[in-house]
Amino acid sequence: MRYIDEFRDGELAKGLAEAIRREANPARNYHFMEFCGGHTHAISRYGVSDLLPANVRMIHGPGCPVCVLPIGRIDQAIRLALEAGVMLCTYGDCLRVPASEGLSLLKAKARGGDVQMVYSSADAVALAQKNPDRQVVFFAIGFETTTPPTAVAIKQAVALGLKNFSVLCCHVLTPSAIASILESPEVRQWGTVTLDAFIGPAHVSTIIGSRPYEFFAEEYRKPVVIAGFEPLDVMLAIRMLIRQVNEGRAEVENEFSRAVDRDGNKKAQQLVAEVFEMRKQFEWRGLHVLPYSALRIRSQFAEFDAERRFSVGYISVADHKACECGAILRGVKRPQDCKIFGSVCTPENPVGSCMVSSEGACAAHYTYGRYKDV
Amino acid sequence: MCLAIPAQVVELRDGDMALVDLAGVKKEISLALVDGVVVGDYVIVHVGYALNRLDPDEAEKTLKLFAEMGELGPGEDPTLH
Ligand code: SF4
Repeated sequence: MRYIDEFRDGELAKGLAEAIRREANPARNYHFMEFCGGHTHAISRYGVSDLLPANVRMIHGPGCPVCVLPIGRIDQAIRLALEAGVMLCTYGDCLRVPASEGLSLLKAKARGGDVQMVYSSADAVALAQKNPDRQVVFFAIGFETTTPPTAVAIKQAVALGLKNFSVLCCHVLTPSAIASILESPEVRQWGTVTLDAFIGPAHVSTIIGSRPYEFFAEEYRKPVVIAGFEPLDVMLAIRMLIRQVNEGRAEVENEFSRAVDRDGNKKAQQLVAEVFEMRKQFEWRGLHVLPYSALRIRSQFAEFDAERRFSVGYISVADHKACECGAILRGVKRPQDCKIFGSVCTPENPVGSCMVSSEGACAAHYTYGRYKDV
Repeated sequence: MCLAIPAQVVELRDGDMALVDLAGVKKEISLALVDGVVVGDYVIVHVGYALNRLDPDEAEKTLKLFAEMGELGPGEDPTLH
């Protein structure tokens, strides 16, 4: 496939691995966090870690939107389906996330809730058009990549004069999550993790551009290289980070120049700004409540805001006692450090959210990397 | 969830829609987030929307870099700065 296969070439990967080995200083260790679940997936699936020298360690970050969605948000969606009797539609990834009382959206559907899977926010609008006698709620999750499509859906609903469509908005912002990792008080609880640099998000950056990361490079002296999701992209980014660390630089560099520039997609940013505003605070799974880290629907679109239309307040719920997702999302622990990894908690029966999506650290390690440790 | 793939636009349709070819599978997607797309362009598709256009020249440059890097010794290779 054009623009995919060329970025997965095994021979080139060997050459890049060699270049990385030449460049990495054997006298020191390198700890790089890949923020995005997409990178986590690529690293596990293509065995990128196996190609790296032992002193270059990759740490999985919190950049999978399903993994950072707290239980209380899924509960809200379930209450909308079971108690408020709405037709609840959402992306497939959300359906199996464990919620309170052993429920998930899929199990709520088995109990008679009207839960529909959609591929796109436009499908949710179409469902509302087709079912004028039902209230249709789109449970919208995701980072800056999925936010513009939700904005388009709300504007479409306005244009169509829909009275039966609303959105449970759980969109979150990447830069706040990165900031929380760098300065959170919980680091004391779980211990610190050395982070030398970040691999910056791929598709999020197509929307917001590379500029927002300049802050991290300048304020925290952490190099950032934005990378595409293919294995060769990740390897080149690792090499660029090693070079920055070796030279004592902390800059934002862009490996994914075929899709990302400094400014991002202005049209998408404009749409998002028109429809959404910052939330003062939002709870993330594993990262707790983070200030100004999520979006809500502006008051002029209040009738499309499910949180205002239906009285489903947010109630915070603690994670399963054994679950280490919080520490894993911060890079303090690894999936295999969780007592129930691979035994009680599996992709078929996830206990924590990191096991749900193939981009979650636990699911990626379970599927592709687990036997390496035995 | 954040995975998105490059697809080639094969037909422009009404209402900001387009038909794209995703590795042989044809799919209708929205172009509401990108201006000026023409048939033949590659776009990155995520949850039914094109997020932006892919720049073929930049893609070539990156591919060249992969190739050069495997061959050259330290200090000789041109990394993107
Ligand atoms: S193995 Fe399951 S319970 Fe343990 S940290 Fe991972 S997702 Fe959470």
